[in-house]
Amino acid sequence: MAADGGHHPEHAPRFAERAPDALNNPQLRRNFRRAMDGLMAKRAAQFPDPAYWAELRARGAAVKARALAKLPDLLERLETNLTANGVQVHWAETTEEANAIVLGILQQAGARTVIKGKSMVSEEMHLNAHLERHGITAVESDLGEYIIQLAGETPSHIVMPCIHKNKAEISDLFAEKIPDQPRTDDVDELTAAARRVLRERFANADAGISGVNFAVAETGTLVLIENEGNGRLSTTLPPLHIAVTGIEKVVEFLDDVPPLLALLTRSATGQPITTYVNMISGPRKAGEKDGPTAVHLVLLDAGRSRVYQDVELADTLRCIRCAACMNHCPVYTRVGGHTYNAIYPGPIGKILTPQLQGLDAAGDQPHASTLCNACAEVCPVKIPIPDLLVRLRREAVRPTETPATHLPVVKDGGAERSWKESLVWAGWRLVYTRPLLYRMVTRALAWGGNWVPASAPLMRDWTKARARPRFKPRTLHDLARERGYLNEVPK
Amino acid sequence: MTAATPPTVTAPAKPDTVYFFGTCLVDMLYPEAGLAGMDLLRHAGVRVIFPEGQSCCGQPARNSGYMEEARAVARAQLDAFPGDIPIVVPSGSCAGMMKTHYPHLFEGDPDQPRAIAFAARVHELTAFLVNVLGVTLEDKGAPVTVTWHPSCHSLREMGVVEEPKALLRQLANVTLVENKRERECCGFGGTFAVRQAAVSTAMVSDKLASVRETGAGTLLSGDCGCLMNIGGHAEKVGDGTRCRHIAEFLMERCHGG
Repeated sequence: MAADGGHHPEHAPRFAERAPDALNNPQLRRNFRRAMDGLMAKRAAQFPDPAYWAELRARGAAVKARALAKLPDLLERLETNLTANGVQVHWAETTEEANAIVLGILQQAGARTVIKGKSMVSEEMHLNAHLERHGITAVESDLGEYIIQLAGETPSHIVMPCIHKNKAEISDLFAEKIPDQPRTDDVDELTAAARRVLRERFANADAGISGVNFAVAETGTLVLIENEGNGRLSTTLPPLHIAVTGIEKVVEFLDDVPPLLALLTRSATGQPITTYVNMISGPRKAGEKDGPTAVHLVLLDAGRSRVYQDVELADTLRCIRCAACMNHCPVYTRVGGHTYNAIYPGPIGKILTPQLQGLDAAGDQPHASTLCNACAEVCPVKIPIPDLLVRLRREAVRPTETPATHLPVVKDGGAERSWKESLVWAGWRLVYTRPLLYRMVTRALAWGGNWVPASAPLMRDWTKARARPRFKPRTLHDLARERGYLNEVPK
Repeated sequence: MTAATPPTVTAPAKPDTVYFFGTCLVDMLYPEAGLAGMDLLRHAGVRVIFPEGQSCCGQPARNSGYMEEARAVARAQLDAFPGDIPIVVPSGSCAGMMKTHYPHLFEGDPDQPRAIAFAARVHELTAFLVNVLGVTLEDKGAPVTVTWHPSCHSLREMGVVEEPKALLRQLANVTLVENKRERECCGFGGTFAVRQAAVSTAMVSDKLASVRETGAGTLLSGDCGCLMNIGGHAEKVGDGTRCRHIAEFLMERCHGG
């Protein structure tokens, strides 16, 4: 088959073309290997008992599956209960709409400066750039996010956004960007430098923007976990708090949250609990001394409701964004997050990005996997990532339709179709379903297969790093018969 | 109350006949590994049938998204292995395809019940030798140090973890040293090796380095895809590590090849 699904001259470089940059960067390779080894060990230490792990993840998966099964109903209940709590709820079908809503709220409040807690949905919206264009400054307050914002980069990991940088690189960056900050190898000093800058930003911000880990429909509560206290400050200190999140973050009951939290923090950072667990249930009430006077929630669709239409693909929406799949991914570990050229890198990104952005833009991503199953093994909500990768590979060559709309189930279904590859598989099918033909072809290969030139397609790519496979003069079919093995059970 | 005698527990009858599914890779590139697998079963007192109608489990097409082609080839295997006797496979990956993916592959197809029944009969070779046949091996070979490479699908689809190591530990003159990164993928992944050649090369190069760290001169595996990848890379870079299928290794040491 064609090594590449087709020609895409109009596209940004594809995964395979981007990968060598990262692979040939020894510092980056070391940074990721060390970080991922550490994260894997910390997670493993949190789940010493396989029975406990099996039971907890079964509960987590069940909670999210139940929430998804009732998604439309739960979203309505969430809105009702949030509204009753004094939180203003906004719906955004696209990231553009979400940006316009956030900008509108900020402009109406006369806000010029924003302090931000970590939010991957806001990355999905490219919110900072949007606000910047309208004269509003947004400063990231999560240490990792702050670092990459200083560097003008994007997150390379959804939990640890600057995991691609080591201490020396951060020290250089701070010395360059923060006034009067000398180079130092002392991590505490570096953290203190960031804290100095950020404390002032917290105190003076007109508004705080955050993400949401779980939105509880029953009580109208926004759950937000973090370790640095920046989430709490961003959501309580400024007079205005805007939370942004995807519609799949809703859960039904408050009782659904503990198992998910236990899974999330253990899977993500190997912590039994985060330093801060924020439960936000409304603005400052009469007589209260602190808290924002207005709280808004923007619920973003941006393709999620389309994912929801397919019963198999909808499992993607169970994700609680722990990043265990990327921490354990042998591909991610080697190429890092930026190679994916997407908001969500790693295994979850490889199934999410093509569904949100379409197979035209990201149809190559599902192929950037060996299907080794390491991701599925650690996913705390049992998303069958490898099966969904295969499903998306299928949608990229043989799209299925949503019966009601006759639209491809996944946007740009069929984008990777190539007549060459189809022909190869048609030929393969012909040979491998006809025993006589199969034996003729395998015998022919046994006789002449080793003369296939090293420059032939496939062989060329294979032999760059490996010796060529050698066809043996007699196949197992031949040997089995010669050694007297029977072809069928004697009657 | 204590029973006077322990209850009578009878071991389940061992199957006297099994099918052998050789896999397409073994058929053309590693037939000696397949033959060794069949010989091991024969030495364990089992009659082995090799249906000539067999070809490939269908995984290459399935993993590329060509489900109809995969299903057609899978159906040919359903036809080639009639009845209800066990199907033993010298590959965790092909066994994983047939055991864990056939039922889903045939969803909505009249042959789905047949695919489900077929899947239930599939066994990975080393697990079958240990768990079903309970083989005991007598080592007749010279002292050697080896390391084990589990394929991702044997580990994570077939749940085969300890069985191959248990077989190797039966061998008196074989020292098994564990690779600290044995659970990490070698970077083969079928078409991945050519579609994502650069990433695959980085993975196999790291894998070989971790094998070298064990100090073992021989790497054993139960999957020829991994062996073709790791062994091919070792040969290309002039590394002397021998990469072999476990069945061949066991046959050679216990029954003289």
